[in-house]
Amino acid sequence: MRIILIGTDKLTYFLGRRFASKGYFLTIITPEEENAIALSRKLKATVLTGNGSDPAMLQEAGAYQADVLLALTPKDQDNLIACQIAQDRYGVPKTVALVNDPENREIFEELGVSVAFSATEVLGSMIEQQTASADIRNLVPVTDSGVTITEVVLAENSPAVGSAIKDLKLQGAVVACVVRRGRVLLAQRRSYLHAGDRVLLISESDRYGQAQKALTGEGA
Amino acid sequence: MVSNLFGGSAKQSQYIVIVGCGRLGSLLAGDLSSQGHSIVVIEQNESCLGNLSSEFSGFSVVGDAAELATLRQAKVDKADCLLAVTSEDNINLMVAQIARTVFEIPIVLARVFDPDREAIYQELEIDTISPTQLSADLFLQRLGERFENQSQQSAK
Repeated sequence: MRIILIGTDKLTYFLGRRFASKGYFLTIITPEEENAIALSRKLKATVLTGNGSDPAMLQEAGAYQADVLLALTPKDQDNLIACQIAQDRYGVPKTVALVNDPENREIFEELGVSVAFSATEVLGSMIEQQTASADIRNLVPVTDSGVTITEVVLAENSPAVGSAIKDLKLQGAVVACVVRRGRVLLAQRRSYLHAGDRVLLISESDRYGQAQKALTGEGA
Repeated sequence: MVSNLFGGSAKQSQYIVIVGCGRLGSLLAGDLSSQGHSIVVIEQNESCLGNLSSEFSGFSVVGDAAELATLRQAKVDKADCLLAVTSEDNINLMVAQIARTVFEIPIVLARVFDPDREAIYQELEIDTISPTQLSADLFLQRLGERFENQSQQSAK
């Protein structure tokens, strides 16, 4: 896979390191020469100094052959334009933009960016989940489908302990499996839940609150 | 002097949002204001509002036009017309697209310095003006005229 990454900071470095370790063919565009030199010493990647929303720069970075372009600069406008130029002029099939203003997320997708994500939103919702319930881990949204996957650990006092899965009366949500003492059990309608069970829950995002309440007693 | 945007006698007052209050933005704001239009200027750097001439009688909003909240504060949804003339091509192109698709403003114009980028966005049907292209055209035209004069004179 050929990836073009536009960015400035630590995020660029750590993502770059990850992509390189997976064997992806990586090109980084970063505005400051000093930063570029540091990155090129540390990463197995081609590093270019320049403006990532400049068409000539994108071409030099191999945009015609790229599979994905990631625009992660702190300026929303630069990320949008880089993605649009990559898509429209160079036919990059997938573009990903970081948005700083969460309100821009939907707009960017409407304007053609394949995936726009807001770091503020992602971090905010993670913190909310962590503070709302310490028993819920790893909420993963399944891209574009409005579905989330969650792992819920059942506490002693959970209302679900001692009930069968069918008695939880889940709507728009299913228990995919239960992990009990390190073993994966297929969830059946008649299976009873125990304290300490790790329940893998797949739910429609707007039904997630109800399902969470049925399992932990907390939440909406 | 900028000529009347809506043709000589059509004096209907329009609500115009101008993004960027540098030399071009402040010039446009003053002229359109004195033509009787209602103007709101959006500028990130408060000190740039000092560029506005005494003819300017509109409002100003200090904020980053890349934030939707700033555009709402300037009541962009009510505007007849938006001119994106900051010194940054990318912000002009972004605001112009948001003005068209989110706020559905009928007339949107963006200044884009980079002729390369301008060509791409013209394909996307964003109405752009490139000062670089304009001055190149004028220089070439003027130069052509001079060359012609020269060759006429030398022919005499």
